[in-house]
Amino acid sequence: MHLLVLYDAPAASNPLRSSVKDLRRAAVAVATAALLLALPAGIAQARTVTDSANRKVVVPEKIERVFAAGPPASILLYVLAPDRMTGWPDPPTVEERPFIGEKWRDLPALGRLTGRGGTANLEVVLKAKPDLILDFGSVRETYVSLAENVQEQTNIPYVLIDGRFEATPAALRLLGDVLGVSERGARLAKYVEDTFVAIDAALAATPIDKRPRVYLARGPDGLETGVVGSINTEIIERAGGRNVAEAVGQKGLVRVSMEQVIVADPEIIITWDRNFFDRIFKDPLWAGIRPVRDGRVYLAPTAPFGWIDRPPSLNRVIGLRWLAGLFYPDRFPEDLRENTRTFYRLFYHVEPTEPQLDTLIAWSKGQAPSRQQPARR
Amino acid sequence: MVLLLLMLAAALVGAYPITFGEFIAAFGQRLTGGTSQDKIHTVLFDIRLPRVFAAVVVGAAVAAAGAAYQTLFRNPLVSPDILGVSTGAGLGAVLGIFLSLPVAAIQLSAFVVGLATVGLVYAIAALVHGREPVLVLVLAGVVVGALAGAAISLLKILADPYDQLPAIVFWLLGSLSAIRRGEVLAAVPLVLIGLFPLVVLRWRINVLSLGDEEAKALGVETGRLRLVVIAAATLITASVVAISGVIGWVGLVIPHIARMAVGPSFDRLLPTATLLGASYLLIVDTLARTMARIEVPIGILTAIIGAPFFLWLLARGREGWS
Repeated sequence: MHLLVLYDAPAASNPLRSSVKDLRRAAVAVATAALLLALPAGIAQARTVTDSANRKVVVPEKIERVFAAGPPASILLYVLAPDRMTGWPDPPTVEERPFIGEKWRDLPALGRLTGRGGTANLEVVLKAKPDLILDFGSVRETYVSLAENVQEQTNIPYVLIDGRFEATPAALRLLGDVLGVSERGARLAKYVEDTFVAIDAALAATPIDKRPRVYLARGPDGLETGVVGSINTEIIERAGGRNVAEAVGQKGLVRVSMEQVIVADPEIIITWDRNFFDRIFKDPLWAGIRPVRDGRVYLAPTAPFGWIDRPPSLNRVIGLRWLAGLFYPDRFPEDLRENTRTFYRLFYHVEPTEPQLDTLIAWSKGQAPSRQQPARR
Repeated sequence: MVLLLLMLAAALVGAYPITFGEFIAAFGQRLTGGTSQDKIHTVLFDIRLPRVFAAVVVGAAVAAAGAAYQTLFRNPLVSPDILGVSTGAGLGAVLGIFLSLPVAAIQLSAFVVGLATVGLVYAIAALVHGREPVLVLVLAGVVVGALAGAAISLLKILADPYDQLPAIVFWLLGSLSAIRRGEVLAAVPLVLIGLFPLVVLRWRINVLSLGDEEAKALGVETGRLRLVVIAAATLITASVVAISGVIGWVGLVIPHIARMAVGPSFDRLLPTATLLGASYLLIVDTLARTMARIEVPIGILTAIIGAPFFLWLLARGREGWS
């Protein structure tokens, strides 16, 4: 009890705290070492890595199995080292499966540990026997404490990586180093950096107030959106657009009214909701909105993962090139088909067939394949 | 009269600036048969006015249903959801969102499942031959409501976390932001059909509030009357919840405030509660759409504004209870 009180006291007022913490850390290290010694030889010594939240995490030298805590982490892991995956958070759908490498599309669904609607059971996590748990996304206090708790409970090292779009290259390098695939990490990071640099170079001459005003429509009625600064809409600014949904002191997803959309007067609408996309052109209310009249409403493909979000992970990189091309058609005359082929080959470990590319390109032009039900098993 | 003024005021404010002159001009054009592709017309006739009417209809409907239930069950803590209509409608809507149905189908599903839930509750209560039919009814409502709530939670877990889950959460918070003319026009006749028996039978319903024994002694067929009231109130609530989502508090608090104003007699309570509910929801919804550049979910506002106001009334005096 006494020890607990010491531990809870603020660090500044209590010099004992840090030494207690050191003691504790040493104890953990000793315990880990003892555990590792007890394991059969072959699993070599530990090393220490520093994650994006500045946490020092002791990980085994060779990491064979990694549990991804949520969909963003699973995609980061899949692009870097698919053989280390223990499973997917959700089972890939019928529509997504062809775009995921054959060896990995049948991995079991183990549930989500973090993020919206956590469904994973810690015992399921343990049963998957991971050497490491990986989360990719927010590195705020909530997620740090969650990581600490899970790490303590399961005795499995838990690494948090910053999921902001801007930090994508750093994330690829960091996880590459952690998993011992630094070369692949660096190669993919280079690809993302080149994409960023190419867009920045082309946009350097365009002042902010000349950039297109974009509304991201979510939900079946299209009146759900993400405000400036939320992880769901980062890609708009990154591709050289301006998000029309601004709200002081608010972040994340919000609802807006039709009237607010009219007042915001966007030039471009992007969505990945096929129901809404079908509806917007038939609906008299939306008919008067500028993007609908100008034919600048765009539907993002979502196979195997969403092009602009859903989840916010590496999958956004292909969407970034696509969006930049839509925002500035004359400045990015790139070949979307070839870009898509390269990206899917490089990141998703698949060689898309010509019909598959046809599907994706048609989809990105608004001709989505009809939904195959049931979407989830 | 106050309600009409409020409606006019509400129609004049909003994100899109419209002056009084433009407002009159637009109306004049409409009345003389002229049509215009002007933005003002779209904003006024397709967005703002339907929403103003929706707030009035939804507020009036849930307040009337709440007043009917509170009289029927002789309990001031009863809300229109006591027999599970909103929870059932919520389940229907969540199911619709989960299956990625278009909006109209989601609303239909909410309406149908809402009605079916209360039907189920009534059937269960009818099968149980207890000596306290009202108590059995309430208990069945609580149990079925809890089941529907559990089903909603299950669907939330299974739903796509990036797509469907936010839509579900926003629906359950309630909002009039996506309302359109056709939906209001579809809901109004259903609400009127539900209100009709309540108005016609207002004296008998009043007798019902005396208790079963007394009502029977006065020659009122309590069982059948109760069925009629439940059916009417359920129809009213289900048809508005289907278009607005779950908007709490109004159906509970407004009948109370009405009772404080005019006493517990149902023939006066019903019109007072209906008008108060309409005005209240109109004010709250106008705030919801003008306070910020985004929508404030109306369910949050009804509680934040309603709760302190109610407490204040409660502290001020307790006339007209019983």
